[in-house]
Amino acid sequence: MTTTVNTLRSGDAPDFYVRDEVAHEGGSTALGFWIYLMSDCLIFAVLFATYGVLSTSYAAGPTPKELFDLPLVAVNTSMLLLSSITYGFAMLAMERGRTGQTQAWLAITGLFGLAFLGIELTEFAHMIHEGAGPWRSAFLSSFFTLVGTHGLHVTFGTVWLVTLMVQVARRGLIPANRRRLMCLSMFWHFLDVIWIGVFTYVYLMGVLR
Amino acid sequence: MFDISSLTHFVFGRLSLESLPYHEPILVATFAAVMLGGAALVAGLTYFKLWGYLWTEWLTSVDHKRIGIMYMILGLVMLLRGFADAVMMRIQQAIAFNGSEGYLPAHHYDQVFTAHGVIMIFFVAMPLVTGLMNYVVPLQIGARDVSFPFLNNFSFWMTVGGAVLVMMSLFIGEFARTGWLAYPPLSGLEASPDVGVDYYIWALQVAGVGTTLSGINLICTIVKMRAPGMTMMKMPVFTWTSLCTNVLIVASFPILTAVLVLLSLDRYVGTHFFTNDMGGNPMMYVNLIWIWGHPEVYILILPCFGIFSEVTSTFSGKKLFGYTSMVYATVVITILSYLVWLHHFFTMGSGASVNSFFGITTMIISIPTGAKIFNWLFTMYRGRIRFELPMMWTIAFMLTFVIGGMTGVLLAVPPADFVLHNSLFLIAHFHNVIIGGVLFGLFAGIAYWWPKAFGFKLNVFWGKLSFWFWVVGFYAAFMPLYVLGLMGVTRRLRVFEDPSLQIWFVIAAIGAALIAAGIGCFLIQIAYSVWKREELREVTGDPWDGRTLEWATSSPPPGYNFAFTPVIHDNDAWWDMKKRGYKRPLEGFRPIHMPSNTGTGVILAGISVAFGFAMIWHIWWLAALSFLGLLAVAIGHTFNYNRDFHIPVDDVIRTESERTRQLSGQVQA
Repeated sequence: MTTTVNTLRSGDAPDFYVRDEVAHEGGSTALGFWIYLMSDCLIFAVLFATYGVLSTSYAAGPTPKELFDLPLVAVNTSMLLLSSITYGFAMLAMERGRTGQTQAWLAITGLFGLAFLGIELTEFAHMIHEGAGPWRSAFLSSFFTLVGTHGLHVTFGTVWLVTLMVQVARRGLIPANRRRLMCLSMFWHFLDVIWIGVFTYVYLMGVLR
Repeated sequence: MFDISSLTHFVFGRLSLESLPYHEPILVATFAAVMLGGAALVAGLTYFKLWGYLWTEWLTSVDHKRIGIMYMILGLVMLLRGFADAVMMRIQQAIAFNGSEGYLPAHHYDQVFTAHGVIMIFFVAMPLVTGLMNYVVPLQIGARDVSFPFLNNFSFWMTVGGAVLVMMSLFIGEFARTGWLAYPPLSGLEASPDVGVDYYIWALQVAGVGTTLSGINLICTIVKMRAPGMTMMKMPVFTWTSLCTNVLIVASFPILTAVLVLLSLDRYVGTHFFTNDMGGNPMMYVNLIWIWGHPEVYILILPCFGIFSEVTSTFSGKKLFGYTSMVYATVVITILSYLVWLHHFFTMGSGASVNSFFGITTMIISIPTGAKIFNWLFTMYRGRIRFELPMMWTIAFMLTFVIGGMTGVLLAVPPADFVLHNSLFLIAHFHNVIIGGVLFGLFAGIAYWWPKAFGFKLNVFWGKLSFWFWVVGFYAAFMPLYVLGLMGVTRRLRVFEDPSLQIWFVIAAIGAALIAAGIGCFLIQIAYSVWKREELREVTGDPWDGRTLEWATSSPPPGYNFAFTPVIHDNDAWWDMKKRGYKRPLEGFRPIHMPSNTGTGVILAGISVAFGFAMIWHIWWLAALSFLGLLAVAIGHTFNYNRDFHIPVDDVIRTESERTRQLSGQVQA
């Protein structure tokens, strides 16, 4: 019975399926990674808010004005900004399909990243040495956590960068590797944006206060 | 030179024989039971040579359907644990009168109420909700799998990892004694120096990674993987509510992660975020945790609203009334859920203006929720309602949830909240909405989609018995708490002075016993249905005369879900296909591109548990080692580029002709 009805109507019935595979590849990765970055951004939002609440809770300890060495931070900032630019060059080289050039720019990016981390660790060591460690006051707890979390992200980014360089060396700029380089690129620039917030909100405004 | 105690301290951290609760008979008996059960399970698996099957077909599976089923199993197992805690509390409170101390010492009782809350939210409600979304959403949108199948497997195992840590705390050391949100300074190092809060922190952190990643995964799946023709406003309502829930997950779980990191820093490094001295601010913790915590309750309820929408429309035989308003109501609830967190602590003293703002936003949420209730009622109006199990749960929900909603609006009035804050009235309210909303929704969903997942229906008799025990048990257990709350009894009390209160607690305990019977009947229902599965067999793939795409394929669906990707022309896509004479394709099949299984998720989650355990017990060498192990395995995984395969066309043809044979058998019968 039902079959008859079906045959009768099938003439007017529109297509209810496609035979070709519907391509979903790739597009999801970019979106997924964006969403991940936004979730990471929320972690930083919490840390910024916490810093905002606690940034004047000195507990009779040192204040930003006494602690921050702005010229050093400026050098540090330029390291990170330059690394973003060189990563951009790496992506341009990738677009042109030049493996060697891509690798070279990636290596330079990594070196800038390491320089940034080195300067940051020096700054931290100096502060702890002066008795201004994260346990000294709520202000310093939130300072070390916010800046340190950013540093931890740069560390992971550097490990990731090295991993990708090995993978590019092994397999060249195949689509999977291009996709991965693009994700790391978003990650790296994202950290740059976060740092601009840190530089302005923590260091500049801290010294102004 | 050689100091044995410092060596054992290096190897075992804080862990010692004293950490094992062998002096607590309740725990020893539980441990023995768990061990016996575990041994029986292991023996059974070995005897029937199922380890290989379990590993290749389930544990390493990236199939969203299998992962969904595993989430459901996890949730149901943990429900038994969480419910055991509930029963212990109800008995304690029913007998601790007239000078009796009850049977639970304070140290144990405090762990029981903390574990109950943590387990029920994170390891029962979340896995059950995530499991249903995982199973149903890709089918409803006509996709072959989720966007990131490996990530899905990894997310599931991280959730299991968190559950494992919580269960470990039962037998090695102790759990937190702080209440389910672990407010400092009580959860700080000074007041809780033991491992309990650390178990809490690491269990939630490990599980939280899984939850966040699964949220990202499902958003991408819904946004990117919909079948051709399915515009946003043609998505089934369950998919819509899942989308909103996953947006909420991604936008709130990072906050939980961050705030727990801050608490850990206070405990491990000696920072001063939430301490009472050196500038710390404990109230900041309360603010931050509720900025996650309030969206969390909508994470749980929204998918259930989706389930009720599907069920109401299917069993009334009508299109859902007010689809567009339903979607907008969901979106509005999603947004508003971020603007109400402060109603959890009106008594903090933020002042009249702040309290009024959050009181009003809270009351506004009842408007879209009310709209939904009316939409369901109008869907039923003049429909041919079939009172199958899912529909019964839906009606019980509508009645119960409205009561819970009204007490919620009452609590949203700041002056009233000053009286009722932290009282049993609040406990009654949120159990009213979580049991009456989330749990009833999950039971409706399980009864509704069970035939899809397993190819046979659930037994109706035991299901109805379970339903009535649950519903009556719920009212008996929680209505007395409303009364007690209005009389001023606060939550988390262990002994009582006033004998006139006892009768209410006894009634509540009887309610818990009825719920226990409900859970028992539910388990019997499953066992009985599996036993009688040939009689309950359902071969059409569409047992309820369904309306959405998941009913278009076989039950259980093949690994690839749909041999050809469906094309959608209407909201109720499958209804539309049936009405307009859709004919199932019988030839021209092609090989199907699918992701390969991988064991990496299990391994990573296993190492994460080791890492969490090492951090909890201060076994630093193991923590360092397992952390490096995590990095190595994760990086190693990225070197594997062969992550997919094609199902050979012969396999597809075999599967599809088997279905053709089944369907024709159905017609002849």
